[in-house]
Amino acid sequence: MRHFFTILNQEIRMLLVSPSTYIAAVLFLAIMGFVFTGILESYSATPQETSPAAVFFQYFWLPVFFMVPLLTMKCLAEERRLGTLETLLTTPVTTTEVVLGKFGAAYFLYLLLWASTGGFFYVLQHFAGDARFVERGPLIGGYVFIAVSGLLFIALGVFASSLSRNQAVAGIGAFTLLFGLISGLSFVDGMALLDLEVMRPIKEAVSYAQVFQHLEDFSRGIVDTRQLLFYLSGTILALIFSILGVEAKLLHG
Amino acid sequence: MTVSPPDESAPAIEVSHLVKAYNGIPAVNDISFSVGRGEILGFLGPNGAGKSTTMRILTGYLPATSGAVRVFGLPVASRGEEVKRLIGYMPENNPLPEDMRVSEYLYYRGRLKEVPRSRLSVRLDEVLALCDLTRVRHRIIGQLSKGNRQRVGIAEAILAEPPLIIMDEPTIGLDPHQILIVRDLIARLRGRMTVIISSHILPEIEMTCDRVLIINRGQVVAQGSPAALRREFLGRSAYELEVAGDFAALPAVLAHLEPSLRLDPPLAPEPDSPGTFRRLRVVTDREDDLGEIILRGMVAAPGLRVRGLRRAEPSLEDVFLAATQRSWDVVDGATRPDVR
Repeated sequence: MRHFFTILNQEIRMLLVSPSTYIAAVLFLAIMGFVFTGILESYSATPQETSPAAVFFQYFWLPVFFMVPLLTMKCLAEERRLGTLETLLTTPVTTTEVVLGKFGAAYFLYLLLWASTGGFFYVLQHFAGDARFVERGPLIGGYVFIAVSGLLFIALGVFASSLSRNQAVAGIGAFTLLFGLISGLSFVDGMALLDLEVMRPIKEAVSYAQVFQHLEDFSRGIVDTRQLLFYLSGTILALIFSILGVEAKLLHG
Repeated sequence: MTVSPPDESAPAIEVSHLVKAYNGIPAVNDISFSVGRGEILGFLGPNGAGKSTTMRILTGYLPATSGAVRVFGLPVASRGEEVKRLIGYMPENNPLPEDMRVSEYLYYRGRLKEVPRSRLSVRLDEVLALCDLTRVRHRIIGQLSKGNRQRVGIAEAILAEPPLIIMDEPTIGLDPHQILIVRDLIARLRGRMTVIISSHILPEIEMTCDRVLIINRGQVVAQGSPAALRREFLGRSAYELEVAGDFAALPAVLAHLEPSLRLDPPLAPEPDSPGTFRRLRVVTDREDDLGEIILRGMVAAPGLRVRGLRRAEPSLEDVFLAATQRSWDVVDGATRPDVR
């Protein structure tokens, strides 16, 4: 693991000097800013029951669908396309260190971007002067959810990137995986077919993997270890598959 | 910091019965060779002969299908991590990240290659000076000229002072001046490091390498020093003779001087006047220099006027062509029924 920090450090630096990072960041903050303004407007029109933070995090999927592919599509696919993966892997570095380093850097940036949305709430509190708008619980719960689910989302993106030498394919692959996980599973959960008695185990498994349900629980302050385990095991699995993806590509030229 | 190889007596590289197949199609087919310490080995072969594949297997980047590869006595397959510390590798086409600065890139690579932090900046300056990159050290790699990029690749390979350096086509795409610099660079590594280079530029190989390995269709077709290869593949020594006069008498005159002397190709009848000079090729089986004997004989012979005599030096190119041609003949002869 001695090279992990060298690679992580390098990857973060490269992300921070890359223009695409800043474009993605501006896009992200603009969209989340519009969402936030929209929420505030609806609050000023009619009184609502939930806190604005809880509603804000309901929109987490919006940036996840475009940000995560943008952040991760480059990481392994580009190295493979340029051939620098070959020079990287002929140094005393293991594939695990490379994949973890790339994953760590993308996750760091993901967290950094989300952390910057904290500014919205600061502005709200500063000018509204009303602590009720910025309830601690849903806010912290929301950010914890973002941090924990982000692990899996980024890992899926890295996995998609490990399968291709084309950034666009990797990006679309990541989008498909995320869409399947977030929207697909909630669609499957609603299917009448799963109400059959035979389908019961599948129904249980699918309802266990409902990302929106997890978000709701986190926002209410319920941190369920089963949900944590879902994200952690999913992340580890996706990373193991990424490592295998890189090595399988080595084996077959 | 020179990494010291663990086994002091083992040769730098030992390859035995190496086979590598891609989806059942063999790229490298039962290659065996060894490279001594401090030797500079040139790796020759037409495109698709298996040069790059062999080099990648040596570095541990690709696993072999069968056979054994040992680097300083360490098997690459089972102790790849240690082997990687002993090798500086520059792949084909020299891939480099586009958006980093030269010194930044080399620093990063140095860290990955476990050069101690305290030693690294000194070593970085050394390598930059050695590869004539000091002027461009702060430039972005994507904006460098091809020659500079190539030298960044070489600098990267020798950065950690590994005892074994493997370079796949280091001189491809360089102008003659830059080739000269690369040649000097490799010459400076002589004795300190074992070097394997592959190249298409044969004079290049001839000048820098102690030994040449020619492979074709995944098999070793020839190996040895350039001089030995010449003897093996072209055998006879040849002379170029410029004469005028009575050509019909020439074979007899030559045979009289030395029985094995003959014209090759045999003299074709030519209609033009006997006064014109013609350039003829004379071959002999004798190794020693017959130049003086031939010249004296020509001058003494009546009806022949001699203008020039030169011993023809076969280039490595001739050897290369002869060696690969011979292997093609063998392979084609053996497999023709399946091919057709």
